[in-house]
Amino acid sequence: MALIEIENLSVTFNAKGRLVKAVEGVSISVDAQQSFGLVGESGSGKSTILRAICGLAPMTGGAIRIGGDLVPNPRGRAFSARVQMVFQDPYASLHPRHTLDRTLSEPLSIHGIGDTDKRVMQALSDVGLPQSFRFRYPHQLSGGQRQRVAIARALMLSPAILLLDEPTSALDASVQAETLNLLNRLRTERGLTFLMVSHDLAVIDHMCDRVLVMQNGRAVEELSRQALASAQMKTDYARALFAASADRMLEP
Amino acid sequence: MTTMEWLREQNPASRWQARAGQTYLNWLRLKRNPLAMAGLLITSILLFVALFAPMLAPHDPIAQDLSQRLLPPLTSGHPMGTDEFGRDILSRILYGSRITLYIVLLVVLTAPVAGLFIGTVAGYFGGWVDAVLMRITDIFLAFPKLILALALVAVLGPGMVNAVLAIALTSWPPYARVARAETLTVRSSDYIAAVRLQGAGGGRVIWGHIMPMCLPSVIIRVTLDMAGVILTAAGLGFLGLGVQPPLPEWGAMISSGRKYLFEQWWVATMPGLAIFIVSLGFNLLGDGLRDVLDPRSSGK
Amino acid sequence: MSLLSVRNLRVSFDTETGVVEAVRGVSFDLGRERLGIVGESGSGKTMTGRSVLRLIRPPGRIAADEMRFDGVDLITASEPQMRALRGRRIAMVMQDPKYSLNPVMKVGAQLMEGLRQRDGMSRAAAHVKAVEALDAVQIRDPERVMQAYPHELSGGMGQRVMIAMMLIPNPDLLIADEPTSALDVTVQAEVLSILDGLVRDRGMGLIFISHDLRLVARFCDRVLVMYKGKIVEELAAGDLLNARHPYTKGLLNCLPRIGGARVPLPGLDRDAGWAE
Repeated sequence: MALIEIENLSVTFNAKGRLVKAVEGVSISVDAQQSFGLVGESGSGKSTILRAICGLAPMTGGAIRIGGDLVPNPRGRAFSARVQMVFQDPYASLHPRHTLDRTLSEPLSIHGIGDTDKRVMQALSDVGLPQSFRFRYPHQLSGGQRQRVAIARALMLSPAILLLDEPTSALDASVQAETLNLLNRLRTERGLTFLMVSHDLAVIDHMCDRVLVMQNGRAVEELSRQALASAQMKTDYARALFAASADRMLEP
Repeated sequence: MTTMEWLREQNPASRWQARAGQTYLNWLRLKRNPLAMAGLLITSILLFVALFAPMLAPHDPIAQDLSQRLLPPLTSGHPMGTDEFGRDILSRILYGSRITLYIVLLVVLTAPVAGLFIGTVAGYFGGWVDAVLMRITDIFLAFPKLILALALVAVLGPGMVNAVLAIALTSWPPYARVARAETLTVRSSDYIAAVRLQGAGGGRVIWGHIMPMCLPSVIIRVTLDMAGVILTAAGLGFLGLGVQPPLPEWGAMISSGRKYLFEQWWVATMPGLAIFIVSLGFNLLGDGLRDVLDPRSSGK
Repeated sequence: MSLLSVRNLRVSFDTETGVVEAVRGVSFDLGRERLGIVGESGSGKTMTGRSVLRLIRPPGRIAADEMRFDGVDLITASEPQMRALRGRRIAMVMQDPKYSLNPVMKVGAQLMEGLRQRDGMSRAAAHVKAVEALDAVQIRDPERVMQAYPHELSGGMGQRVMIAMMLIPNPDLLIADEPTSALDVTVQAEVLSILDGLVRDRGMGLIFISHDLRLVARFCDRVLVMYKGKIVEELAAGDLLNARHPYTKGLLNCLPRIGGARVPLPGLDRDAGWAE
């Protein structure tokens, strides 16, 4: 049984009187401890799917199941202990007026988990940040460091599933490498399941076992990593996406 | 470790140290703005004068001496002259600063706080909560401030406390509006999404996450509004509906000095100058605070 | 002949906690060729681009031993002289058209504004020129775009409008600061090829600022790699694989590749010595 099951999901927004179909009839199945990628350009709906899973975007059709159970509405505490998300913009995902200590201890406080000091310090060292950063503010950290804090925060409640919304697209190349390495290490150590969104095929290829290509809210093609690496796409759009990315990967 | 080093420490060891360090940096930013420093000086002088009025004032502000009435400024013993009852104007202004400060503080402690709560709740929950709260706000906003204050005072009777109440009741709507606007912007941020995803309820999100982001705008608005509050209180005093004689409220002093405006200009002009300087001081300070506290400039 | 020559450019900012040096002694020459400036955030590449146009306001300060554009000394030029250069002879395209186009003016009005105010053209003549400019960036329906507001255009269209707008006065030098970073991958290729064609046709000099080393290497003739305010390596685009400085090599190697091995990506071990 798949850990994440999305069946025929549709998300339609009402933007100033116009109906925008952000996601139309997408189905995804992710097994436990697997890493699944969603790739597409802007407007493809990939981030909207993640937000719909979290309850941050309204579902207008279809069903989402985590571990076989339909997600409750509102999501509730039990859900947040199973599913957490790392957001795209490291400059916007941490509260600017809270120290790292506050940001990391908040989930513990919400769920009534004790041993705060020990857990916060452990979390910092798990993501490779020095203990001395504990009472810094986000603006005193670099983008890569902030993203590490965001990852640490997501892991405070020991979820089984991590949703990743373009976690490295706002970071410099070298920092991206470090962050991706960190994510992979944590995934192996904790047996996490990843559902990752990116516009960068190379990042998806490096991190994920299976990929779904999306365009304009619809699923275009699902590929295994081998198929992606050997350019065995069946649809034109997937091929065009590959060409545009592989083009830049070729040595100049 | 010296205090400076402790404040500038890049890796604070406690929340308290972190908070103090940021405040210190904000202070350094404020210091670079000469106009803001001027504003701060003026408001500090106001505070000082209000606190130590009994020690600073050369005469009793209420004692009348009709043989000394309407003396011009720079007469010995009366640097600012005397009014129509022979009361020393300088002393009245010094004691009047207490009244001004009292009114300002009371209004500041009530109107913005109420506005902040109403605005953030309305902005966060949206829907009918927002509609109801905003319509109530609109109703209060629809009345011209002074007219509503007048009406309230007419109903409740004149006096300082009623004047404060009237001013507070007419001042809170703009804060609600400002807080709601900030909340609407902040509400869709990733960090709010993150804490909601952790299972936080509305109360925690509003109190711990949204209000701190609204505070700078509200604080700036408060300092800029202070001038307006002082002027409204002066207006009520001028009309005889605020603070009652013989208390030396500056607006009332201007009113009673009206009759002598051409010959004995100092009776009305001195309190007028005091109002002008204090309002200017708050305005300059508010402008300076805006540069320092503006989240757009400090957040990256 | 050198179009732009810069010697020992230094840009610093006065903050309340001290002086921050964004650019520390950058020197280069530019002819009618394409120069790429590559670096990560904090490398000073954007500040370098802005210094050429003297777009840095206090508390920032620009200083250089020499900064000369076609004979004009940019350091000592007066503000009216700089204004005459900006737009007319040196143009700049920035990253996100959402932020660099005026959101409350129609596209057509923005395109024509410069022509009418700066060059004193009549409305009809300016209109014709504006449509020509949109044609040059391969916008198929220029009349419709003229009547649209910036937020009604897609990212790629917006950026093409930006390029059109900047190239109307036929500048000699174009500074492009991350012009395609905010665009989708498939759109990037289109916009770059349009830019490529225009730069080639008009014989302009181009400074292409980006964080993407491979992109810059494919698009430019020469590449400058910046780190913490200094140039650490200068090489011809074709020589990229023979880069010698460890920072450049590290940047090249740390990107994931489709079909690459599933091993941890090589990180960049920053050496404090590079900043010397």
